[in-house]
Amino acid sequence: MTANPSRAGTADTEATPPGAGTQGWRRLNVRMLLIYPIQELPRALPALFGLVVAGSGRGNGQAWSLVGIAIVVGLGATRWLTTTYRITPDQIQVRRGLLRRRVLTVPRDRVRTVDVTAHALHRLLGLARVIAGTGQSDREGDAGVRLDGLTAAEAAGLREELLHHRAGPGAPAAPTATAPAGPGSPAAPAAPTATAPAVVEVELTHLRPAWIRYGPFTLSGVVTLGLLAGFLSQIVNEAHVDPARFGLLRDLMDQLAEAALWLAILEVVVAVMVVVAAASTIGYVLAFWRFRLTRHSGGTLHVTRGLVTVRATTIEERRLRGIEVSEPLLLRAVGGARCIAIATGLRVGRGAERGGTLLLPPAPRSEALRVAAAVMRRREPVTAPLRAHGPAARRRRYTRALPVCAVAVAAAAALWWWAGLPAWVWLGSLALLPCGALAAADRYRSLGHAVVDGDLVSAAGSLVRRRHVLDCEGIIGWNLRQSFFQRRSGLVTLTATTAAGRQAYHVADVAAPEALRVAGEALPGLLAPFLATQAP
Amino acid sequence: MATGLRPPRHRVSRRAIWYWTARAAFGWLALAAIQVIWLLLAREGAGWHLTALVVTALLAAAHLVVMPQWRYRVHRWEATPEALYTQSGWFNQERRIAPISRIQTVDSERGPLEQIFGLANVTVTTASAAGPLRIHGLDDDTAQRLVDDLTTSAQAMRGDAT
Repeated sequence: MTANPSRAGTADTEATPPGAGTQGWRRLNVRMLLIYPIQELPRALPALFGLVVAGSGRGNGQAWSLVGIAIVVGLGATRWLTTTYRITPDQIQVRRGLLRRRVLTVPRDRVRTVDVTAHALHRLLGLARVIAGTGQSDREGDAGVRLDGLTAAEAAGLREELLHHRAGPGAPAAPTATAPAGPGSPAAPAAPTATAPAVVEVELTHLRPAWIRYGPFTLSGVVTLGLLAGFLSQIVNEAHVDPARFGLLRDLMDQLAEAALWLAILEVVVAVMVVVAAASTIGYVLAFWRFRLTRHSGGTLHVTRGLVTVRATTIEERRLRGIEVSEPLLLRAVGGARCIAIATGLRVGRGAERGGTLLLPPAPRSEALRVAAAVMRRREPVTAPLRAHGPAARRRRYTRALPVCAVAVAAAAALWWWAGLPAWVWLGSLALLPCGALAAADRYRSLGHAVVDGDLVSAAGSLVRRRHVLDCEGIIGWNLRQSFFQRRSGLVTLTATTAAGRQAYHVADVAAPEALRVAGEALPGLLAPFLATQAP
Repeated sequence: MATGLRPPRHRVSRRAIWYWTARAAFGWLALAAIQVIWLLLAREGAGWHLTALVVTALLAAAHLVVMPQWRYRVHRWEATPEALYTQSGWFNQERRIAPISRIQTVDSERGPLEQIFGLANVTVTTASAAGPLRIHGLDDDTAQRLVDDLTTSAQAMRGDAT
């Protein structure tokens, strides 16, 4: 049996809701008819290919490809004709589907984020896609309401309607921030910001061109390079192209084959590094050009960014439960950091944009701290010194890192002894031990926690050092976990569970009494009945 | 100042020991079956195979004797009008505390194996994906009462529990 005391959310009904007449239903912009066929193309490609191949066998391939195009265009037109939406004072409804009519209904007060994205094609036609996120943290892949194809002004108006509850349905409100002009882009037209008198928009930060120097250190290019390499190797395999046939490549391979091994390795490493750095930088510029973070007096945070694809994300401030400042190792080495919002119903996503929760792209650390403080409206939790976890936690960092390295070295040595692996492999693997020790030392240095100003602050990590500031009001439970070895050394991993962000924030390897003190200070009273001194 | 967190008040049903034993035994039996097939398929020199089988049997025996007893000593739960408190695990242990006001769903479930032993488990979820509280090995009546209690007290509290 399932009891469900308090949950409401999106309703996805297949029947027409009561009172859903023709009034108030709006259609997406007509210009989407140009975009749909191109969107449908990848899906229809195999079928089209089949059609053309089948047709060319009979000698009238052109006619068949015309039929194919007609089908794709027809599909797009059907999508446009069958999709309607309306916004009532209480809810947003989207109807779609030809044979299977679906009505998606979302209560308006459940809308937590509004994401306006315009891809290159959208921008050419002056359109945008609006996603109103209900942020149901227990249902992944449920993106909320998706309206692909409003004019930029309509999209901005819809955002105002949904999050600031100002304009009535149907009336496009002031097109705030449709084309924000960051000082980094003087060529952009000045945006007509906040024509309505009540809304004040305060800029918290914007991208400075100098920050692009952090681009190479984000390593986002590794993914691009990997994809590219996979793609190329597939082409080479499928098409039976011999790479050695290309003159330039052949010269390169000959040169590599003749050079000494160490030189060849060095060349390859340098080449990969250069390509990754370049790809990362391009990725940084594409994703974060004209980045701008503002706060609206209506109670929202507003992020706009992008060079080709423009994205504007709006997060309701009352959903904000904290902030995360993260420093990946490379970025930390050059003094950079980034900020991510911790908000209820907003999962921290993957990729450079962190699923729309990113509040600051890689930027100087001081700027990250300033933005974090500005978003939280309090500086103390972001900068306060943290309490160290003590010698037992430090020992545990080493006892976890070193045995792993030792096993790796032993395995390499065993392979050398019995399987004839070259000796330099296991001699080289000896370098793992000091590396492991360094990592352990760094991991311990990162470790810290505090309760400051009603926020639980915890920091950890070496490869990615993260500092989480979580509003204690957002904590909805505690997990205290002890492994066998943790019990022996009197340590505990305290986990604050929350509906926001990563859902769980850990204070790792803290002394048991200190864990109780932290939990008691963060949420007074919850643990009190279970403390040993008060037991009968 | 309090010295530490005491364990929750209530133990789970004693029958849970047998339930855990049976559940673990199935896993070991599957592993042993694979090894026996491997042994039968072996052409010559079954020495290694036999050793592996004996080692598996010894590990299984140790696990089946130690784990359920240890688990039974650890698994405890307690529900007050304000909070639910559970303790679970054996080698690694975990205590979870959630305020009743943050409870979103209360589920009770009886798997086929649990039905044989007359047991049920109760899962309480909060708005956080990280914090479901599970109580395994409750007898049917206790589970039913706990679900009713939790549902009533959770409904008494309002708000969207985030």
